[in-house]
Amino acid sequence: MTDATAVAAPATDTRKAGRYLYIAGVVVLCAWVIVPIYFLLINTLSSPETVNSYPKPFIPEFDLASLTFFAKFAGMLTALKNSVIVAGMTMILSILIGAPAGYALSRFEFRGKELFRLLILLTRAFPLPLLALPLAVFFIRTGLDDTTFGLALVHTTLALPFAVLITFSLFSGIPIELEEAAWTLGCTRITAFTKVVFPLILPGITASAIFAFVISWNEVFAAAVLTIENRTLTAFLLQNLDTSPLHLKFAGGFILVVPALIFIFAVRKYLFAMWGIANR
Amino acid sequence: MAEIQIKNVAKTFGSYTALHDINLTIADQEFMVLLGASGCGKTTLLRIVAGLETATTGEVWIGGRRVDHLAPKDRGIAMVFQNYAVFPHLTVFENIGFGLRMAKKPNDEVKRRVERVATLMHIEQLLKRYSGELSGGQRQRVAVARALAMEPDVILMDEPLSNLDALLRLEMRAELKGVLADSKTTAIYVTHDQVEAMSLADRISVMHQGKIIQAATPIEVYRNPAAEFVASFIGNPPMNFLRAEPAGEGKWKVAGQIIDGPRTSKGPLQFAIRPEDIRPAETGLTATAKVVEPLGAHLLVTSEVDGTMFRAVLDSDLQVKPGDKLTLAPQPDRVRWFDPQTTKAVA
Ligand SMILES: Nc1ncnc2c1ncn2[C@@H]1O[C@H](COP(=O)(O)OP(=O)(O)OP(=O)(O)O)[C@@H](O)[C@H]1O
Ligand SMILES: [Mg+2]
Repeated sequence: MTDATAVAAPATDTRKAGRYLYIAGVVVLCAWVIVPIYFLLINTLSSPETVNSYPKPFIPEFDLASLTFFAKFAGMLTALKNSVIVAGMTMILSILIGAPAGYALSRFEFRGKELFRLLILLTRAFPLPLLALPLAVFFIRTGLDDTTFGLALVHTTLALPFAVLITFSLFSGIPIELEEAAWTLGCTRITAFTKVVFPLILPGITASAIFAFVISWNEVFAAAVLTIENRTLTAFLLQNLDTSPLHLKFAGGFILVVPALIFIFAVRKYLFAMWGIANR
Repeated sequence: MAEIQIKNVAKTFGSYTALHDINLTIADQEFMVLLGASGCGKTTLLRIVAGLETATTGEVWIGGRRVDHLAPKDRGIAMVFQNYAVFPHLTVFENIGFGLRMAKKPNDEVKRRVERVATLMHIEQLLKRYSGELSGGQRQRVAVARALAMEPDVILMDEPLSNLDALLRLEMRAELKGVLADSKTTAIYVTHDQVEAMSLADRISVMHQGKIIQAATPIEVYRNPAAEFVASFIGNPPMNFLRAEPAGEGKWKVAGQIIDGPRTSKGPLQFAIRPEDIRPAETGLTATAKVVEPLGAHLLVTSEVDGTMFRAVLDSDLQVKPGDKLTLAPQPDRVRWFDPQTTKAVA
C-alpha cells in the first residue's frame, strides 16, 4: 500500500505541473486574442476625450459619443453601406457558383476531377497585388471599375475556393442513398435536391455564406485599388487612417471586428469539419 | 399487372464485368429472391431494374413496357435500401408520405395511406418521431412502409432485414411475406441469407460471379441443384461430393461401392448427396468418424470416406465416437450427379 502511494506521488506531481503549464498556456493564448478586442471595446464605448487622454480606463464608460462621431464622419456611412452591399453580393455569388461545383465534385465522376480540385486551391496561390494592375485595366475597359458589383466579383473569386470546398464536404456528408430514395419516390434530380439535400445542408450553406461575407468584409487591397468613389469601409478607413482622430480609428476597428467574431461563433463547427478535426 | 423481364443485361465497371448476360423473367405478383455470395452482382442487378444504374447492354421491361431509358420515378417501382435511407429531416409520417406528397395526393388520402401502412408495419405510435430517435429495426420498418405506401407495381428490396437481430429478423420476415402477398406486388428481394431466401421466395435466382446459375422454386433449388455451385452453396451443412468412376452401363464406382447412376458415356462424374439423406446401414460407404457434434435433435458426424470429407446428419440416439467405422447408405432417390468438366448436373 505505502509503496504504491510513494511511487504514485511523483507521478501526480509531474502531472500537476503539466496541468498548470497547460492552463497557463491556455490563459496566455486567450489573453492574446481577448485583450486587444477588449481595449477596442473600451475605447469604442468611451467618449472621445477619454480615448485621447491618459491613463486609459479599464472599464467602458458606455458613452456612445465616439460611435456617433463615427456615424457622422463624412462618407463613413456610405462606406459602411458599400461594405454591406459588396459582402452581400459576394455571399450570394459565391454560394450560387460554389455550391453547384461542390455538388458536382462530390456526386459525379468526370475527367480531370482531381486536377479541378487542385486548381481550386491554386487560385489562392496568386497574390492579389500581382493581379491588381491587369484587373484594374480590364475593369476600366469594361466599365466595372469603381462599382460595387465589380468589387464583389473580385471578392467572389477570393471566397469561391472556400465555398466549393466547404460545400463539397457538406454534400459528401449526405449519403447518396437519400437522393436515390427520393428519385425512386417520384423526385427528379432537381426536386430531390430541393426536398432532401437542400434542407439537410442548409446550416452548412449558411456557414459557408457567412464565411464568404466575412472574406469580403475584411478585404482591403482590391477594394482600395479598384474603387475610388464607392469605397468599402476597410478601404475608406485605410485612406483616412493617418488623418483621422484616434477615437474614429477605434470605432472603425470595432465595427470591422464584430462581424468576424459573430462569424467565428456561427461556423466554428464547420471550420473544424473542413479541417478534418472532430466536432466537439 | 407487372411482369419484369430482364433481357441480355450486362454491366461492366471499367474493365471489371459485374454482370454477364443476365436473362430473367419474373411473373406478375411473384416473389423473386436474388441469392448469392457477397460481390456477385445482386445489388447491381437490382439497381439496374430500379434505374439507379444503367446497364452496359440489354433491356429491362416492366409490365410490358420497356423502361431502361426511363428515370426511376417513371418505372412504377419502389425500393427499400440496405441502409434504410430514411430522410433525417422529416418525421416518420412525412417519410412514409413523401412519395404520396410528390405525387400531389390530397392531404386526407396521404394521412389515410400513411396510417394504413404504419399499422401494417406496427409503427403507428412512431409517426411523430425523427429517424434519429428510432432504433435500427424501427428505421427498417419505416423504409419498408415508405415503399409500400406508394402501392407500387414492383417493390425492390436490397437486404432489407440484414441489420436486424436474429429474433426481429424472423418476426419481420413473416410479416413481410404476409404484407406483400396481400398487396399483390411483384417483388425482387436481395439477400445472401439462404434461410431467408428459402422461407420467402416463390422462386430463387442463385447468382455467382455475375451470372444466374439457377432460377427455380426453393425446393427445386434445394433438391435438384442445376450446378455444383448451387449444391455446395445451398444447404447447411452443404452437400457431400465423391468421385465416381464409370463401371459399366448405368453403374458407377463410388468409394469402392457400385451405385446405380446416369447412363452416359462421359468420364468420371461427381456423386453428390445431402448429409440428411444418409442412413447407417448393413451395406454402403465405409466412413471413419472424425468429429461428432450433437445438435439436439440430430448428430452431425463429420467423417472421412475415400480420403474425402463427408458429413452426415444422423439420429441423435446413435452412439458414435471419433475413430469409429461406420457404414453409411445414401438414400437412392436423393443422389445427384454432376459433370466435373461443366460443373452442371447430369440426369
Ligand atoms: N460503382 C462501382 N464501380 C466499380 N465496381 C463496382 C461498382 N459497384 C459495384 N462494383 C463491383 O461489382 C461487383 C458486384 O457488386 P454488387 O454491389 O452488385 O454486389 P452484391 O452481390 O450486392 O454484394 P453484397 O452482398 O456484398 O452487397 C463487386 O465486385 C463490386 O466491387
Ligand atoms: Mg449488395
